[in-house]
Amino acid sequence: MTAPLLQIRDVVRRFGVRRGVFAPRRTLTAVAGVSLDLPRGEVLGLVGESGCGKSTLARIVLGLDKPTEGEVLIDGRPVASLHRLERSRLVQPVFQDPYSSLNPRRSVEAIIGQPLLVHGEGTPAERRDRVAEMLGLVGLGPRHAAAYPSQLSGGQRQRVAIARALILRPALVVCDEPTSALDVSVQAQILNLLMELRARLGLSYLFISHNLAVVQLVASRVAVMYLGRVVEEGDPETVLRTPAHPYTRALLASVLQPRPGRGLPDPQLAGSFPNPLEPPSGCAFHPRCPLAVPRCAAERPGLDPATGEHRAACHFAALAET
Amino acid sequence: MSVTAPSLPAVRRRPGRWLGNPGFVVAAVVLGAILLMAVLAPLVAPFDPYEQVLDRRMLPPGFVDAERASPAHLLGTDNLGRDYLSRLIYGARISLLIGFFTMLVSGVIGTVLGVAAGYFGGRVDAVVSFLVTTRLSLPVVMVALAVVAVVGGSLQVVVLVLGLLLWDRFAVVMRSATMQLRGLDYVLAARAIGSSTPRILLTELLPNLASSLVVVASYEMAQAILLEAALSFLGLGVQPPLPSWGLMVAEAREFMLFEPWMIVLPGIAICVLVLAINLLGDGIRDATAPEGRA
Repeated sequence: MTAPLLQIRDVVRRFGVRRGVFAPRRTLTAVAGVSLDLPRGEVLGLVGESGCGKSTLARIVLGLDKPTEGEVLIDGRPVASLHRLERSRLVQPVFQDPYSSLNPRRSVEAIIGQPLLVHGEGTPAERRDRVAEMLGLVGLGPRHAAAYPSQLSGGQRQRVAIARALILRPALVVCDEPTSALDVSVQAQILNLLMELRARLGLSYLFISHNLAVVQLVASRVAVMYLGRVVEEGDPETVLRTPAHPYTRALLASVLQPRPGRGLPDPQLAGSFPNPLEPPSGCAFHPRCPLAVPRCAAERPGLDPATGEHRAACHFAALAET
Repeated sequence: MSVTAPSLPAVRRRPGRWLGNPGFVVAAVVLGAILLMAVLAPLVAPFDPYEQVLDRRMLPPGFVDAERASPAHLLGTDNLGRDYLSRLIYGARISLLIGFFTMLVSGVIGTVLGVAAGYFGGRVDAVVSFLVTTRLSLPVVMVALAVVAVVGGSLQVVVLVLGLLLWDRFAVVMRSATMQLRGLDYVLAARAIGSSTPRILLTELLPNLASSLVVVASYEMAQAILLEAALSFLGLGVQPPLPSWGLMVAEAREFMLFEPWMIVLPGIAICVLVLAINLLGDGIRDATAPEGRA
C-alpha cells in the first residue's frame, strides 16, 4: 500500500490568550492531538460544531499556520517547512465565503491567473489560455473573464474560487465549508462540480463541513471532532448509520428535518459547548453526555477501533456497536 | 500585470458615479482652476508679484472703492504697491506645493507604519502604537514653531517639519483598515497560492486601502495648507517676499480696520482651496468604493 497523500500526525495547536495587558497569559488548545490519514483520490469529511478546531486544523494543513506539536505531511513532505511556492503546488484552499475570498479590486481573469503570475509560469498569452481553460472547467464562460466579483452571484464566485485553487493542479484541496454560505439551490451545483473535478483531475479533498448530509454524500471517510480531538472516525456509511460515540449520535439527532409539524429536534444534550480555555477533565464530552459515568470524568478514552476501521473515543463505544 | 483583463477597471466604466456627485464636480472644477493658475502663474498673472510701485500703494479693488481703484489692478495693490491678484496667483503655488509634499512625506511614513502594524501585529504593532502615542503627545504648532525658529523658515523646512508631524492619522487609519482586511479570506488565499508578503501588501491590501488613503490624504493636505498659513502668519513659515497666503494675511493685519479687503481676499483663497480639497477627497472615496459602498 502506498503512503497516504495527507498524513496528519499528532497535531497540536495552542494559542496564548491574554485578556488584558496585566492579565496572566492563558493557553487555548484549539487542536489537541489529531491524527488522520487521507489516501490519494479520496475525500475525508471533517465534521464538528463551531469552535471545535476544524478550521485551525485546515489552516495547519494549508501551511498557513504552524502546529505547536506534531506535523502534517503531504505527499510525504512536511508542509510547515516547505517553501511557499512548493507548498502551494501541493495544497490549495476553497473557502466558505466567496464574498470575502475574492479580492474585489481584481477581475475574474486576474484572480484566476494570479497563481500563475506568482509562480512566474507562462507568457501572458499562455496564462490567458490557461485561465480560459479553467473557466470552462468550472462551468463559467469567457464572458466572465472581464467581470469583477461584485458582478457575480455567490455560486459564480465560488466557481471562480475553485478555478483559482485548481489552476496550479494541486494534489490536495482543503474545502472549508465550501457550500455553507450558498443558497440551497446552488449548493448541489457546487458539490457536483467539486465531485466531477475530483474524478477528472484525480484530486483529494479534505472536506470540512457541519452539514452531515453533505458529508455523507461526498466523503469516503468521516472524522468527527469535538473540542480539538477526533472522537469518531470511519467510513461515512458506518459512522452516520451506526454511530459509536454519543456526540455523533447527538449531532445526527440535531439535524433539522424538512417536515412540517415535527418541530425542533431534541439532541438530548445537557449544557452547551465547553469553554476551550477550561476543558473538562477526562473525556471532554462527559459534562454533556447522556451516558456519562464517574470514570468518564477521570479517564480520557482513547480512539480505539470499535470494529475494524471504525474508531471511536468513548468508554462505551464497543457497547454501542452491539 | 499582463493577466489583467483588457477592459477598463470597473470604476472608470461608471462615469455617473463621478459626475453624479455635485460636491465633487464643483471641487474638481475649483481645484483644477487653482492648479492651472498656479502652474501657469507667469502667463496668467497680470504683474510681477515682487514688483513694488510705491506711488500705487494700497489701491482697493474696483468693487470696494471704485473712485480710488485702478483699472489695471483688478484686486488692488498691497502696502508696497505690489499687484494683489498676481501675489494671490503666485501664492497658490506655495500652498499647493507645501500641501502636496507634506502630504507625500507624512503619507509615506504613516502608511508604511500603519500597514506594518496592522498586518504583522504583535511587537510591530506595539512599537508603532507607541510611536503614534508619542507623536500625539506633541503639540503640532508648538513643535513646528520651535523647529522653524531654530532652523530657520523656508519652503523645504516647513514641508519636512509638517511631514514629520502629520503622519499620525495616516498610521492610525491604515492600521485599523489593514487589520480588518488581513483576516479576510482573499488575503489567506493569496498566501495559499504562494504570494510573498510584499506582494500581498502591495497588490492585495494597498488597492483596497486606497479609498481610505485618499480621504486621509486630502484631509492632511488641507491641514498642511492651513498650518503653513498659520506658520507664515506668525512669521515662522515661508519668508517674505515670497507671496504665501498666510504671509499676506499677516501683512494685511496692520491695515485690517482701514482696508479689510486686504485680509479678506487671501482668507477666502485659503478657505476655498481647503474646502475644495476636502470635497474632492470625499468625492473620490464615494466614487471608487467597490460595490458602491462608501
